Amino acid sequence: MIELRSITIDADGFLLEGVDCAVEAGTWATIMGRTGCGKTTVLEAICGLRAVTAGSIWIDGKPVTHLPPRHRGIGLVPQDGALFAGMRVESMLALPLRARGVRRQQRRRQVQDMASSLGISDLLSRSAKGLSGGERQRIALGRALIHSPRVLCLDEPLSALDGETHASVSSLLREVRDAGQVTVVHVTHDEAEARALAHTIWHMEAGRLARSSDDVH
Amino acid sequence: MSLPSPLRLTGRENLPFASALFGMTGIFVLLIVSLLVANLMFVEGRHVRAVFESEEIMAAVKLSLVTCTITALLSVLVAIPAGYVLARVPFRGRVIVDALVDVPIVLPPIVVGLALLLLFNQTDIGRWFESVISAVLAWLDRLMPAVMDWLGLGGPARRGLTHDVPGVILAQFAVSSAFAIRTMRVAFEQVDDRRERVALVLGCTRRQAFQWVVLPEVRRGTLAAGTLAWARAMGEFGPILVFAGSTRMKTEVLPTTVFLEMSVGNIEAAATVSLLMVAAAMVVLLGARAAGARVGV
Repeated sequence: MIELRSITIDADGFLLEGVDCAVEAGTWATIMGRTGCGKTTVLEAICGLRAVTAGSIWIDGKPVTHLPPRHRGIGLVPQDGALFAGMRVESMLALPLRARGVRRQQRRRQVQDMASSLGISDLLSRSAKGLSGGERQRIALGRALIHSPRVLCLDEPLSALDGETHASVSSLLREVRDAGQVTVVHVTHDEAEARALAHTIWHMEAGRLARSSDDVH
Repeated sequence: MSLPSPLRLTGRENLPFASALFGMTGIFVLLIVSLLVANLMFVEGRHVRAVFESEEIMAAVKLSLVTCTITALLSVLVAIPAGYVLARVPFRGRVIVDALVDVPIVLPPIVVGLALLLLFNQTDIGRWFESVISAVLAWLDRLMPAVMDWLGLGGPARRGLTHDVPGVILAQFAVSSAFAIRTMRVAFEQVDDRRERVALVLGCTRRQAFQWVVLPEVRRGTLAAGTLAWARAMGEFGPILVFAGSTRMKTEVLPTTVFLEMSVGNIEAAATVSLLMVAAAMVVLLGARAAGARVGV
């Protein structure tokens, strides 16, 4: 479960005050709002990339407000993937495991399993250069999930995709949701995307989060 | 690699724009070529033979290549952390540090030489620093005496800074490192910081994110910084003359050779050595680009 208890975030002069939110464990919450309203800032605060000046953040009953990002047990898929340009896809997927001291053989096995489940086994020896939007998002999703995080944060994961690619990545995200093994916080400005994926929808308005009255799934 | 067609400067409507672009570029290239031709006019085969047969000049060639390479490596070693700090790490006084790094770039070379001379000859901290460098050189000399001897840094007599080989390297480093830091800073700034932030969320420490995610992305910048430092060191003259002197077979590097030959009226030898420096610089610059293209950076 994720709880934001009346948090205040000062994002380089852009102030969000008294933000509250609660997401049940294993469910999918989508934060919606127009561009620039602060929804990505809230996501960054959950990840530990933005300092919270007041209030607290709790994950699975433990306060994480002052924990560094790497100790929060979070997987992050940023907009357009933000793949690491200087390494092969295999190393990219293995990075969270390497950071946790997982042995090389074990890393390789987990990477192959993850790549196979995401349909990207043929990309493991490629670099980020020249990959399509859909391939990039699949790799970013694999990289975020490989260390079995408690929380998955998605920042506009489908916004750069169109047509078939949009549909296939969307279907992949639904599989993650239906597995129910991770609590998801998803940020988007697309209502159709939110309705297709979310258990609960939160609207970001005037610096506050308000839960939508009609939950979706 | 051919340009995508919309970027080709063809057609009547582009003629004035293309003329202006190619005209200005052409004038600059013509100036460089003219400088080389002017040198070439003074050089005949016998001058080249004489230069290659001169023991003093060949010693200067070797000393230049050795000191420039060591300077380039040291510059990159300092430029990677300094460039990263200036590009990425917020701290109090960053503006001042940033300006200080540029000081060797804007100072007249002779002033850099004088400052080095004053620091290492007249101050306690300079003398302490010199003793540290001497100790490091003595340790390296015990570790690999043959290599140190070949580099011209072997034996107790070659461990002083002023008017000796380490002084040449320090004089080159004082200026070259500033260019390398500037280059690395730009390289780090060009890396999308979201990637580093993602690495932190996914479990990396700052050191791991730097080593595994950021460093591989600045390979091209590192190569550029090293090449620039090398080329800059090759052209260094003023600080070396003031701080390390111009003793033949000891601290004479190629720019010093040009100066010494000119001062005795041997313009042909000076011009030949100048062309030798141009050739060395071209080999390194083109070699670095080819190496960069091969490793995909």
